[in-house]
Amino acid sequence: MSAPLLEARGLVKSFGDNRVLRGIDVAVPAGSVTCLIGPSGSGKTTVLRSLNGLEQPEAGTVRIGGVELDWATRPDTRAVARLRGQSGMVFQAHNLFPHLTVLDNVISGPVFAQGRPRAEAEEEARALLARVGLADKAGSFPVQLSGGQQQRVGIARALATRPEVVLFDEPTSALDPELVGEVLQVMQSLAAEGWTMVVVTHEMRFARQVADQVLFLDGGVVVEHGPPSEVLVEPREARTRQFLQRLLDPL
Amino acid sequence: MSAIDWDLVRSSLWPLGRELLRGTLPLTAVSFALGLALAVLVALMRLSGNRLISAPARFYVSVIRGTPLLLQLFIIFFGLPSLGVTLSPWPSAILGLSLNVGAYASEAVRGAILAVPRGQWEAAMTVGMSRVTTLRRVVLPQAARIAVPSLSNTLISLVKDTSLVAVVLVTELLRQAQIIAGQTFEYFTLYGVAAVYYWVVCLVLSFGQTRLETRLSRHVAA
Repeated sequence: MSAPLLEARGLVKSFGDNRVLRGIDVAVPAGSVTCLIGPSGSGKTTVLRSLNGLEQPEAGTVRIGGVELDWATRPDTRAVARLRGQSGMVFQAHNLFPHLTVLDNVISGPVFAQGRPRAEAEEEARALLARVGLADKAGSFPVQLSGGQQQRVGIARALATRPEVVLFDEPTSALDPELVGEVLQVMQSLAAEGWTMVVVTHEMRFARQVADQVLFLDGGVVVEHGPPSEVLVEPREARTRQFLQRLLDPL
Repeated sequence: MSAIDWDLVRSSLWPLGRELLRGTLPLTAVSFALGLALAVLVALMRLSGNRLISAPARFYVSVIRGTPLLLQLFIIFFGLPSLGVTLSPWPSAILGLSLNVGAYASEAVRGAILAVPRGQWEAAMTVGMSRVTTLRRVVLPQAARIAVPSLSNTLISLVKDTSLVAVVLVTELLRQAQIIAGQTFEYFTLYGVAAVYYWVVCLVLSFGQTRLETRLSRHVAA
C-alpha cells in the first residue's frame, strides 16, 4: 500500500496546564474522507488546526504530500506557511471576507497569495461557484447570503487554491438545521469527486455515509479508529459507545 | 451701536476666507495625510511582538499625548535651532501637527486593527496570504471602517488645532482675524466671522463622516 497523503504522528499540545493533545496519530490516504468525532473538549478541532499550523503543537510531525514539519523543532513562519499551503480550510463560522464580493472571496487565495492572473482565477472561481450551486451569486456580498450559501462560498474559497487536502472544522454546527443539508450535499459530492477531506463533525449520518474512516477522540487521544461501519455501528470501546448513545438519545 | 459691524463682516469675508483656503485647509489636509500614514505605522509597531519595535512607538505616543501641542510647536520652532535644526514656519507647523495627529490616530488605528475578528486573520492565512498581504487586503480595509468615527474626531480637532500655528508665524484663519481686529478694534465681529468659518468647515466634515460611514457599512450586517 502506498504512503498516505496526510500523516500526523505523536501530536502533543497544551493550553497552559491543560494538555489537550496527548500523542495523536492520523493517517489519511489520498482521495479518502476522514471524520474526527468526539465530545467537546476532546481535542478534535485542535488536531485539525494542527494539520495547518493554526495551532502549533509542542511535539509531533505533520506531513502532507511532500511537505513535512517537525513541530518539536519550532519551525519558522515560512516553514509553517509551506505546510499550510498544502491544505484549504472551511471554518465553522465561515470567516468570509465581508468587504469582498463572493467572487473576490474565492479568488483571494489564487490572486492575492499565489499571484495567479486574475482573469484565469476568476474563470476557475466561477466554475467552483457553479460547482457549489452559487453561479448567480458571484457579485453578491457575504452578508446578502444565507448561512448555508455562505458556507458553500467558504468551501469554494478553500478549493480555489487547489489544495491537496481540505480541512473542515464543524462546517454545519453554526447553521440553522434546515440549511445543514445543502452544505453536506456539496461535501458529499466533493468526496465522490475524489477530494481528500478531513472533517470535524457531529453529523453522524454524514460520517456513516461518506467517511472512509472515523477517528473517535476523547481526552486528547484517539480512543478508536476504523471504518464507520465498525466505529459507529459496533464500537469496541465503552467510551465510544457512551458518546454515540448520548448523541442518539440526548435526554 | 450694534455689536456686529455688518459692513466689516462683508469686507473681511474674503481676507479671512483666503487664509482659510491657503492656510487652515492645506495645513489640515497635509498634516492629516502625513499623520494618518504615521499612525498606521505606529499602530503596527505597537502591535509587534518585538519589544524593540513596540517600545519606541509606545514612547512616542506617550510623549505626544502627554504634552501640550502648543509646547510641541514651541520646541520644534524655537527649541530645535539650539540643536542645529532650523525649520521655517510652514514645515514646523506641519511637523508639529502631523506628529500630534499621528499619536492620537495611532490609538484609533490600533484599536480598529484589534477589533477585526481573529477568524479573518486565520481565513487569510489558510488561503496562503502572508502577514503583510493579510493586513493590506483583509485587515486594514475592515479596520478602516471601524476607525472612521474616531479618526473623524481627530480630523475635526485638527481643523481647530491649526489655529495654534500662528505661534510659529504661519498665517491662517485665526491669525488673519487677529490682524484685522487689531486694526479695526472690532474684535467681536472678526472673531465671530472666524468662528463661523471654523464651524462651517467642521459641519461639512461631519456630513462627510456620516456619508463615509454609510458607504463603508453597506456590506456589514446591522
